[in-house]
Amino acid sequence: MTDEAAGDVVLSLEGVTRRFGSVVALDRASLRVRRGTVHAVLGENGAGKTTLMRVAFGLLQPDDGTIRLQGVTRTIASPAVALSLGVGMVHQHFTLVPAMTVSENVALGGRGLFDPRAAAARVRDVATRAGLSLDPDAIVGTLPVGAQQRCEIVKALARDVSLLILDEPTAVLAPAESTELLQWIRAHADAGNAVVLITHKLRDAIAIADDVTVLRRGRTVYTRRASDTDEAGLADAMLGSEETGIDRKPVDHRSRSSLGTMSGNASGSASRSGGGVAINDDIDALLRTLLTERGSAAASSGSGAPIVAASSGSGAPIVARERATVLNAERIHVRDVRGVERVRGASMYVRAGEIVGIAAVEGEGQHELLRVLAGRAEPVSGTLTRPTTVGFVPEDRHREALLLDATLLENIALRDAGARRGRMPWSALRAATVEIVRDYKVRNGSTGLLARALSGGNQQKLVLGRELREAPTALVVENPSRGLDFRATAAVRDALRAARDGGAAVVLYSSDLDELLLLADRVYAMHNGVLTETARDRDLVGRAMLSA
Amino acid sequence: MLNAAGTPADQLAITPSAGRASGVVSLVVRSFALAVAALVVLVLLLLATGHDAGAALAALGRGAFGSWYAITSATLVRAVPLALAGLAVALAFRAGILNVGAEGQLLVGAATGAGLAAVMGAAPAPIVLVSMLVVGAAAGGAWAVIAAYLRQRFGVLEVISTIMLNFLAQYLVGWLVRGPLQEPMRINPQSASLPDALHLPVLIDGTRLHVGVLLTIALAVGVWWWLKETAGGFRLRAVGLNAAAAASAGRVRVGRTVMTAFIASGALAGLAGAVEYTGVTYALYDNFSPGYGFTAIAVALLARLHPLGVLVTAVLFGALQAGANAMQRDAGVPNVVVSVVEATLILLVVAADQWQSRSAARAESTT
Amino acid sequence: MTSGLEGASGFLEASVRTATPLALAALGECISERAGVINIGLEGSIICGALGATVAAGVAGAGAGFVAGAVAGVVIAMIFALFTVWMRADQIITGTAITLLSLGLTGTLYRTVYGADGVALSIPTVGVVPVPGLSALPLVGRALFAQPLVTYALYLLVPLCAWWLMRTQAGLALRAVGEQPPAAIAAGVRPRRVQLEAVLFAGAMAGLAGATLVLAQAGTFVEGMSAGRGFIAIAIVVLGRWKPLGVAAAAMLFGGANSLQTLFQAMGWQNIPYQLFLAVPYLLTLLVLAGASGRVAAPAALGRRALSGEG
Repeated sequence: MTDEAAGDVVLSLEGVTRRFGSVVALDRASLRVRRGTVHAVLGENGAGKTTLMRVAFGLLQPDDGTIRLQGVTRTIASPAVALSLGVGMVHQHFTLVPAMTVSENVALGGRGLFDPRAAAARVRDVATRAGLSLDPDAIVGTLPVGAQQRCEIVKALARDVSLLILDEPTAVLAPAESTELLQWIRAHADAGNAVVLITHKLRDAIAIADDVTVLRRGRTVYTRRASDTDEAGLADAMLGSEETGIDRKPVDHRSRSSLGTMSGNASGSASRSGGGVAINDDIDALLRTLLTERGSAAASSGSGAPIVAASSGSGAPIVARERATVLNAERIHVRDVRGVERVRGASMYVRAGEIVGIAAVEGEGQHELLRVLAGRAEPVSGTLTRPTTVGFVPEDRHREALLLDATLLENIALRDAGARRGRMPWSALRAATVEIVRDYKVRNGSTGLLARALSGGNQQKLVLGRELREAPTALVVENPSRGLDFRATAAVRDALRAARDGGAAVVLYSSDLDELLLLADRVYAMHNGVLTETARDRDLVGRAMLSA
Repeated sequence: MLNAAGTPADQLAITPSAGRASGVVSLVVRSFALAVAALVVLVLLLLATGHDAGAALAALGRGAFGSWYAITSATLVRAVPLALAGLAVALAFRAGILNVGAEGQLLVGAATGAGLAAVMGAAPAPIVLVSMLVVGAAAGGAWAVIAAYLRQRFGVLEVISTIMLNFLAQYLVGWLVRGPLQEPMRINPQSASLPDALHLPVLIDGTRLHVGVLLTIALAVGVWWWLKETAGGFRLRAVGLNAAAAASAGRVRVGRTVMTAFIASGALAGLAGAVEYTGVTYALYDNFSPGYGFTAIAVALLARLHPLGVLVTAVLFGALQAGANAMQRDAGVPNVVVSVVEATLILLVVAADQWQSRSAARAESTT
Repeated sequence: MTSGLEGASGFLEASVRTATPLALAALGECISERAGVINIGLEGSIICGALGATVAAGVAGAGAGFVAGAVAGVVIAMIFALFTVWMRADQIITGTAITLLSLGLTGTLYRTVYGADGVALSIPTVGVVPVPGLSALPLVGRALFAQPLVTYALYLLVPLCAWWLMRTQAGLALRAVGEQPPAAIAAGVRPRRVQLEAVLFAGAMAGLAGATLVLAQAGTFVEGMSAGRGFIAIAIVVLGRWKPLGVAAAAMLFGGANSLQTLFQAMGWQNIPYQLFLAVPYLLTLLVLAGASGRVAAPAALGRRALSGEG
């Protein structure tokens, strides 16, 4: 604290807390950024990295905590205030107008006249001084992503910022562009500026950062000079292998504890320590199910149908007995809607009666891969075997899975609507809806209710019920419990397990690594469009998806 | 979203109401509420413009429902084209297509009917009559295909293209009635009068009510049944509600569904034109349609895009227009006052919907 | 020969006269659409502007008529903005209602105030003000420079709007709102405010167009005299590729097509079906729409209700 002069610290965040409803996104987080340095902020998805920096940039107001700029305590009411105080931010999703030129984009937000020639000169000047190549007269929409990002950076620099926050800047870039950008960041800091680099790429952080801060579940858990750490240390900090009991929600804590004890034997004590929080028997029962997850899985596979062999607990992949391969992809390549290749020669297989997990950080190509496996998109090359109908539970159920302004009955009827002929079998569908509402415990569900009227969890149960009802041979699910409360999460996980036990080949992507490891029998890590089968071990998977 | 082909940029402001169990009940309630609201708006307007509201309303009632003749020959005859074009608009809007081209499709349907009458003069009358209706509908559908194709292929907003097509249809009619289809004397810009044998039969003797009204009712019921009971109708509704979900969860071919809906919509509007030509005007001329295609948008919206509701609102609008003429004649109230009533009703419905979805959104965000 | 030249000159003169109200309305609509709002209630602002101009000119002269026309156009646009900009209701549905409302309202008021059959009013009109020298130019002289003052105002407004759109920060912000509202918000622009101002400007211009119809052309108010000009203005904006100068040129084309009848009569060509020529600009507009695909043409957020990125 005292080894640096206060004036040397450009930005200091102390005890910043921010809640969204009942979720604590930031829990007394802190960060100190020194002049002339690159400060990497690391953490898993949802660790609070972006939230913290949105607070610093005035996009979010903290519920508690102080923000100091150049040693002066400030209230940053809006991005305009942040910019006037010398703080600029480049967002993960660009805020550019594609139809406009680079100089128009850079000039946007000013007052008075707009002189294209002067604006172009300004862009050229800022870009040259910063060492970025950028054509001021180019239409932004026609530029490659890397150039668009340079445009975003120039936009911030043109406001004379001394602190630049970059949110996952390399996520959208090709490897060569990434390297170039990182070199630029280093040079920019060396010129006396400060840069905050939000990333989940350990290698990037180690390569160019001076300081590293790791956030986990909204808290600052690790702050160190980059020279004093290595990839393993950072991964440990991010993934939290030393259990510190910092988890926010008792639920998460328990599920994690149970995971943490996979190789240990303390699950009984964890169970008892959490028991007191239970609100009623119902929840208590659910909790117990969760806590004894591994044990019961082992028990059921031991006593019931020999579908899945129990994990040995040593982190080795679960070995399934020979079953038919339902989904098989060999060296498939997939492009996204903009034509960018997102899946690059991925190979994988899924057998009947197993849940295969895909572990990946955001934007590694899993979005496209899942849609191809689900038959909602086609690969550009490679060999793919998949059943004619695959159940699909997409992450954004409002956009892709539901007709919010239609009834539950109609939402159930949506399945295979494209192939149906003649009359709608409404009475059969009504019976099916009643069954789904009952079996999947869709609360307050009735056939005539609008899907919009259901809570998120019940909407998800409805979608799951629809996709699972006719016992599909294959099911693809994407972040199935995102945004759901504990009870709904447990129900969704149960449904997935039941589908697996019923013989379905299930592909699961979850950005929550704990959930993935909890449910998956085998795991592939996806990095940069390539799949690697990985032992079902938290550390190994974590490392594979971060720096494979 | 001019250049993003396929899906509408965002949803309609009006939430459709068919296909639900409570649809018909709420339809009755809403129709009643609408009629009351229309009366209240009208009375306020009359008072504001210094008219004798009592006398005006009495005249309105007489003109619309005062006699058997008023009901059949004024109100219902006016309701037929409004209902058919209203069905056209409702069907398109249900599929998420903003077809404001019913006016042009209607004109093309009527013009085709007039053309067939000229060409098929020698054929047996029933065959000609049926052909006029069928081909008139087909022509309306074909006119809509242009807009549908422009939307699918080039991502052209159908709002803009259908407005252009309305003008084109209007000039097409203008040219036809001065050129190829002009009456033999070549004096007036209108087509030859349709021979009696080719008139749509009158349904009730002594009135002007033609069998088109039965056709209209049958089509409204048919469209309602089709939307509710068939896979094709369900696909259309699903695409209109959420095209992305219909494509992903339902594996629905969105482009094909949109094309079908657009054609069906155009065909209904084209039929409206052919029915009006063979049942009421018996001739084609410049202002053949007093804006039926535009009023149809109001008819469809106020019916909340419900096919049976369209029948109700079309009768309501037919009555308003019939009554308005009587009101003008007997109480000196300008008949265009009903346009104000119609517009106010649309705005009230839009405001109510907006308010509803806002409070729904608020409720969602607090849970 | 002489009659041919006279006919051509007369045709051009008529074209400019017809084009003036179209260009005024389309220029306003162009600005509105660049801000992402398509206003098919423009017709309503035109007809209300026409009635407003009629009433005010009868009381206080032609100048007051133009002012009142613009004000009436703005009032109608305010209702449209209340629903579309503030409530984010559907622009097409609201626009349809506004048009219906205005046609009904003007008809009702006119007949109530001026009698059941609308006895023709005599109101002051504005005459042609030839520009000395320029109006003597051959062929185009009278066409371009022997017009009422409002046409000259248009000559100034077109480049002014073009300049404002491309060369001011406010114009830049407006274009950003019409293209990518989230980007505009991120840059500190307030989209609702920008859209409100754009819609009101379009209302004023449409009102002026209505006033021009009455005060510079018809000399009286006729029910429904806007005659679809609000919709034509939308076509003109498309054909003009959402650029003020293009809009002016497209308006001339539409004006020209509408004046062909005059030309044909002057030339003694009785049998040419001029309706087909009237249709040509609309056909061209459709072709432009189809041809514009894949290239930057319409504002990307045109007609959208949502201001967030998700819309």
